[in-house]
Amino acid sequence: MQAFTVHTGLVAPLDRANVDTDLIIPKQFLKSIRRAGFGPNLFDSLRYLDEGQPDQDCSARPLNPDFVLNTPRYAGASILLARQNFGCGSSREHAPWALEDFGIRAIIAPSFADIFYNNCFKNGLLPIVVKAETVDSLFSAVASSEGYALTVDLPAQEVRGPDGWSVRFDVDAFRKHCLLNGLDDIDLTLEHADKIRSFEAAHLAQWPWLSRQTT
Amino acid sequence: MARTLYDKLWDAHLVHQRDDGTALIYVDRHLIHEVTSPQAFEGLALAGRVPWRLAANLAVPDHNVSTDPLERRGGYAAMSDEVSRIQLQTLDDNCKRFGIHEIPLADRRQGIVHVVGPETGAVLPGMTVVCGDSHTSTHGALGCLAHGIGTSEVEHVLATQCLVTRKMNNMLVRVDGRLGAGVTAKDLVLAVIGQIGTAGGTGFAIEFGGEAMRALSMEGRMTVCNMAIEAGARAGLVAVDQSTIDYVHGREFAPTGAVWEQAVAVWRDLHSDEGAVFDRVVVLDGSAIEPQVSWGNSPEMVLGVSGRVPDPAAITDPDRRGGVERALSYMGLAAGMPITEIRLDRVFIGSCTNSRIEDLRAAAAVARGRQKAATVKQVLVVPGSGQVKAQAEAEGLDRIFTEAGFEWREPGCSMCLAMNADKLLPGEHCASTSNRNFEGRQGFGGRTHLVSPAMAAAAAVHGHFVDVREMLS
Ligand code: SF4
Repeated sequence: MQAFTVHTGLVAPLDRANVDTDLIIPKQFLKSIRRAGFGPNLFDSLRYLDEGQPDQDCSARPLNPDFVLNTPRYAGASILLARQNFGCGSSREHAPWALEDFGIRAIIAPSFADIFYNNCFKNGLLPIVVKAETVDSLFSAVASSEGYALTVDLPAQEVRGPDGWSVRFDVDAFRKHCLLNGLDDIDLTLEHADKIRSFEAAHLAQWPWLSRQTT
Repeated sequence: MARTLYDKLWDAHLVHQRDDGTALIYVDRHLIHEVTSPQAFEGLALAGRVPWRLAANLAVPDHNVSTDPLERRGGYAAMSDEVSRIQLQTLDDNCKRFGIHEIPLADRRQGIVHVVGPETGAVLPGMTVVCGDSHTSTHGALGCLAHGIGTSEVEHVLATQCLVTRKMNNMLVRVDGRLGAGVTAKDLVLAVIGQIGTAGGTGFAIEFGGEAMRALSMEGRMTVCNMAIEAGARAGLVAVDQSTIDYVHGREFAPTGAVWEQAVAVWRDLHSDEGAVFDRVVVLDGSAIEPQVSWGNSPEMVLGVSGRVPDPAAITDPDRRGGVERALSYMGLAAGMPITEIRLDRVFIGSCTNSRIEDLRAAAAVARGRQKAATVKQVLVVPGSGQVKAQAEAEGLDRIFTEAGFEWREPGCSMCLAMNADKLLPGEHCASTSNRNFEGRQGFGGRTHLVSPAMAAAAAVHGHFVDVREMLS
């Protein structure tokens, strides 16, 4: 996994509440058995005027000129500014894969759906929760100044903007540790393998019906 | 100290608690399907790891499978969609390679993973259940701690039998009173979501209780827990009672003999203790719930069938107004129009929300002796599993449907998410018994209205929404 420490990037605003995972990456792309290559289909139904198909060359497709990520001023954005309940809906990890593949490194919103929030951390993507008022003022700032960029500082748990503006954010110590070091959390969990083994032995002895084979 | 059901399930599976609030939770049952597993298996193989406890896993293909009887008969070879075929084949290959038990496409028990799990007894009360699918919350109906996970977590569970998670807060949704005739579990849960919103349950495990919940069948409870995720909660829960135990008894993988007795003794304690404290309590009057219909692109955009679509002009909050305007425009609805004037192009009866035998019976009761409206292009009835299909056929429900002009299909997710050929065309309105009405969910440009099976059948007959209670009297 790609590590995340300090990142500075252009901010793109997606002014819409309850952005669901179907919107982030529509279901036809979930047929892929790969993990990469979803970037061109990020927000597919918003970004293009036609219906996308898996394994299609997207460069020739008609773009929706009204979609924010298609406007030149947000080209190359790596920080997404979003509204409440971002990432609701399905558990598809294809959503963070698509965001990451597109080049997004951090998402700032007043709230995220639980599963999506979890999935981000597994993919080097940092979801940042800040107050709704702060998000409001960031939307205004992005709209009024072209090229508006932010610095996301994970070690300091701080987002910094122009003119000395900054805001702090919370993150679990464990998740922060994994993200900072790009760690695979399977390895970290397996450090507790003995504990898992002894828990399991006692648990299965106490509830013997759990061991039954489903064959 | 008095504990909630969620607290008890958490305590019984806690392997390791970290100081920052994250914890390792032991997973009893891991359900697997073709869409969210290939990358997890690949990761496992690349790291040279093997599944921690093989018997904990059970796989079944469902999302991509064809529901067309002809195409199904030919197996994978007959599949017209090459990309889907590869994904399904990859599931079979991975299961063989790692030694995981799979209920394959040709098995008579194949179906939607959330229907198959409880129905076979692979999911039992008190288990922790995970699956790379958000509607894993369904299994909470059996008193399980069950929730959806992402693909990295699928790999993590395969490799460690544990999940890294943090404890959620406790919410109680209590539905008092009795549901009226013609009002179902689906209407109950849509009404709950309408009240608390799609983010209302974020960070919570929701326990559903109260007289109306207790009176629901297990199928109905599964419908309710299935949609807990639509209220933002990863997990829904219902306390174990006699209905739960009766439901589990005799299922294929359920314990028998002395172990059954031992299990039942444990399961009987799976309820919140008297005096247990919930962080949030929401109370609804079940007797006041009417049949529900969603009109917008979020499950919280839902109304009783006698209602009218909202008028943005009457909404002062600009964010809300914008959301309503966008939904009305996507859905092609006029502000203030009565729900009953919404006309349907297609009807879908199926999905892990409403494809169990009781759902098909409710739809058949409405369809019996009636005909699909001529303006409705297609009515799909997709049983949740091979066992549901066989039961429905034994009861003659398939004939009632086909005589009414409905199509009787093979089990799978089908038009719930439209990964296969079952989908809406742009602009089409669909009365659907599934769980999500997001833009494009049932096909590019498609317009989904979430309803109960009885309401869907009634809409199929009339070509527009009607209050199904008028047809039952
Ligand atoms: S029926 Fe729909 S919601 Fe249920 S598992 Fe399948 S796709 Fe997901």
